Amino acid sequence: MVAQILFLVLTLAAIALFTVNLRKIIRNIRLGKPVDRHDQPQKRLMTMLRVAFGQSKMVVRPIPAFLHFFVYIGFVIINIEVLEIMIDGLFGTHRIFNGLGGLYNFLIGSFEILAFTVWVSCAIFLIRRNILKLKRFSGVEMKSWPKSDANYILITEILLMSAFLFMNAADAKLQLLGASHYVNAGAFPVSQYLINLLPSSESALLIVERSCWWFHIIGILAFLNYLPYSKHFHILFAFPNTYFSNLEPKGEFTNMASVTNEVKAMLDPSFVPAETEPGKFGAKDVTDLSWVNLMNAYTCTECGRCTSVCPANITGKLLSPRKIMMDTRDRITEVGQNIDKHGAEHQDGKSLLDDYISREEIWACTSCNACVEACPVNIDPLQIIMELRRFAVMEESQAPGSINAMMGNIENNQAPWKYSPADRFNWAQES
Amino acid sequence: MEFKVPTMAELMAAGEEPEILFWVGCAGSYDERAQKITRDICKILHHVGIKYAVLGTEESCTGDPAKRAGNEFLFQMQAMTNIEVLNAYNIKKIVTGCPHCFNTIKNEYPGLGGTYEVIHHTQLIQDLINEGKLKAEGGESFKGKKITYHDPCYLGRGNGIYEAPRKALEILDAQLVEMKRCKSNGLCCGAGGAQMFKEPEKGNKDINVERIEEALQTNPQVIAAGCPFCMTMLSDGIKLKDKEQEVKVMDIAEITARANGL
Ligand code: SF4
Ligand code: SF4
Repeated sequence: MVAQILFLVLTLAAIALFTVNLRKIIRNIRLGKPVDRHDQPQKRLMTMLRVAFGQSKMVVRPIPAFLHFFVYIGFVIINIEVLEIMIDGLFGTHRIFNGLGGLYNFLIGSFEILAFTVWVSCAIFLIRRNILKLKRFSGVEMKSWPKSDANYILITEILLMSAFLFMNAADAKLQLLGASHYVNAGAFPVSQYLINLLPSSESALLIVERSCWWFHIIGILAFLNYLPYSKHFHILFAFPNTYFSNLEPKGEFTNMASVTNEVKAMLDPSFVPAETEPGKFGAKDVTDLSWVNLMNAYTCTECGRCTSVCPANITGKLLSPRKIMMDTRDRITEVGQNIDKHGAEHQDGKSLLDDYISREEIWACTSCNACVEACPVNIDPLQIIMELRRFAVMEESQAPGSINAMMGNIENNQAPWKYSPADRFNWAQES
Repeated sequence: MEFKVPTMAELMAAGEEPEILFWVGCAGSYDERAQKITRDICKILHHVGIKYAVLGTEESCTGDPAKRAGNEFLFQMQAMTNIEVLNAYNIKKIVTGCPHCFNTIKNEYPGLGGTYEVIHHTQLIQDLINEGKLKAEGGESFKGKKITYHDPCYLGRGNGIYEAPRKALEILDAQLVEMKRCKSNGLCCGAGGAQMFKEPEKGNKDINVERIEEALQTNPQVIAAGCPFCMTMLSDGIKLKDKEQEVKVMDIAEITARANGL
């Protein structure tokens, strides 16, 4: 009874804490500017199923795709196991789904195999990150927290899977001993090999089984609450993020409606623009970005696939699209914390542009869309870069000199070069 | 030119309408190297007997470099002025010689009141090949030559057009070799996003050098391009590597015109 109450309290506390943090993140995302991403629900659903559920963009790199697939499937399936653990924990039952008979054995057997593949995949991931030192996982933005974050989660998953397997092994041994409460249930294709490592006395086995059980479930609850602070939040946000991703051609940039009004008024003095609230052009801070940009930031897995294909980054420039996403997330988190501490009106005098992302970074982008193409969860770093450029150019008139010259030429000569418009058709005269 | 390039104004005066407007673009109009490509596109149009016209001095920058540099005002000024001209001539279909013009007119003009059917010249060439109007006969033979094609970002990733330019090369019976980074994984030439008009940020290398090194790894005789900006960047790269004698950078339109003896 004590155990059941303790379990109930722990579970409720974990869920409550998670809800509080999740709501904060959703509140933060809502600080972004509106953008309509509710059109074409069918196409959106298909995109989500293909990219998030079907992992379609992972296959570009087969080895990590293969390993990630195991971890992903393991995560999805293990939730059924968690459901049983929940019910057992609350009602003091043991292996409540046992009634499923052969199907139950099949399920437990598959969980074990999956737990094992997850274990192996995580071990390989750890080796790739720390011993093989893949270039993709280094870079200026991958120091301290982002680096340990990935390792923590991999180690936690290994520990959780180990606990799960040892729990089953102890259970199986208790079943063999005919211990009361330990009904004959489940198949143990992996953990049977661990049985010999365990003590033989029933009381010792009980301790092993119970401590693994508690470790496993507490681990899962802790994991849940770790997510909002981690890149591993993508296991939840990959789904809405792909659903709300951009469906238009990648080359198409938004036409700013606020500008359209002003340009129409300039070209046609009789045009009366509809009342629009005066806003900034482009983005200086995260709250000038759209909510989709901010959701992107919370979804980023820091995998670095974007950066590894970025022509600017490849040739040694400062720009790294992954850093753009991480900076955006760090800044929106900071803005959120300011609101929690000092109220919604508080200004800390900082901004995304300059305090996080430098001018040098944004001007190095060729708008080639390689980062957008590469991202396994349909994140668009280019849009953020463009919004920052728009602010620099339209609000501050601060562009590199040669860009100003190019724009001056377009204004005066209708071409980015300094040629006379009268010469535009000269090409037809030569042979 | 052995024939006269018709302008919209002339056609209008004669009470005629073209089947297709050829949007030349700034590079195609002023850049010496790109002018050759422009003339080749005209030769192809002339050769197959499509009724076309250009805007001539009435054409103006689409606004693409301004928009990618962040100047939405200048972009929309350009766009709306161009749309007025295009709509006044009742234009329905446009072919462009530049992926940037193509992308802007196709994707960004509709929201500002200019909706047209827009194709890139490689798509036109693909269609003409499919219709049997272009055969790659009667001109220079590219048979067996090693050709590698560089995907322009705004044609490839930007708009998903990978097949049309390759189709135009396949008919040559040449030896097509792909670079390691091609199609949706293609590497930028370094000119897009208004980079063409400024010095690159400091790094280890220029982007076009990285790209040309990759292209040279395929040991090509021809590097095929489909964009005047890529043309400039790749040609600069070849010059830098001192390979101008062995490797030619050519636009798909040039290759097509030559193969057909135009
Ligand atoms: S769009 Fe910009 S940030 Fe993204 S890969 Fe290309 S150059 Fe890099
Ligand atoms: S933006 Fe996408 S590709 Fe880049 S690090 Fe984040 S998840 Fe990976």
